[in-house]
Amino acid sequence: MARVVVDVMLKPEILDPQGQAVQRALPRLGFTGIADVRQGKRFELELEGPVDDAALARIREAAETFLANTVIEDFTVHIEEEGK
Amino acid sequence: MTTRVGVVTFPGSLDDRDAQRAVRLAGAEPVALWHRDKDLHQVDAVVLPGGFSYGDYLRAGAISRFSPVMESIIEQAKLGMPVLGICNGFQVLTESHLLPGAMLRNNHLHFICREQKLRVENAGTAWTVDYQAGQEIYIPLKNMDGRYTADARTIDELEAEGRVVFRYLDVNPNGSINDIAGITNAAGNVVGLMPHPEHAVEPLVGTGGTDGLGFFTSVLKQLVNA
Repeated sequence: MARVVVDVMLKPEILDPQGQAVQRALPRLGFTGIADVRQGKRFELELEGPVDDAALARIREAAETFLANTVIEDFTVHIEEEGK
Repeated sequence: MTTRVGVVTFPGSLDDRDAQRAVRLAGAEPVALWHRDKDLHQVDAVVLPGGFSYGDYLRAGAISRFSPVMESIIEQAKLGMPVLGICNGFQVLTESHLLPGAMLRNNHLHFICREQKLRVENAGTAWTVDYQAGQEIYIPLKNMDGRYTADARTIDELEAEGRVVFRYLDVNPNGSINDIAGITNAAGNVVGLMPHPEHAVEPLVGTGGTDGLGFFTSVLKQLVNA
């Protein structure tokens, strides 16, 4: 089975209060030196068939219309290699 | 013939009964619509109520948008049927692209529940003709994802065309752009807002205000005159 990963992140210009809350908590826990945190979503899609161009095109369509809201979010699609 | 106003129930809708009650108090007949049923049962208008449809999974409103009932509502809304989205219903309307922009988590990350002062900016929509432009009203507000946002061009367009229907007064409760609490589409038949007019329709309930009743009498007036 092949795995395709869709990562969704808020667009850079959109305020991410969740990321900010995480960033503010880090120094309190002793994790210093982190300038900024932004929080996103990761979708792991297990395909029934091979990862060919047609399958990837459909996944991009799903990401654009459903997994991400492109008004506020960007997404990337990549294939995860076997054995990882 | 009585005016029929549909109220959709999604899995996780909370305020569908209150919305039905508000419709009845305004003098129309509420019709319960089920998310899996494409049939709109000859309703003249539709209310998408508040709540947490599909648990707000993925994004608030994102999964409801693809429900069978929404297919019919989107089709009819484009033909001019009045549609009101309250809170989660507003989120469904932006996810459906019937209204522009999107809703984000409140900027302070807290759930909010308060009596909110609003200004009615546009008294020409299907849901606001019983108000005066500039009128100040009190409506309960309760949400987690209420921060309205859109790109600068969309905001300029909404402002220029008078499509910001409601603005928060005194306090911006969630960080929404330009204090926007509610907007309309270009035709004025689709309106979405975060506060809950259906919770402000009876003197005996809640804080006793009835400032929300005008939404439901407006659409009734609009449909009777049509």
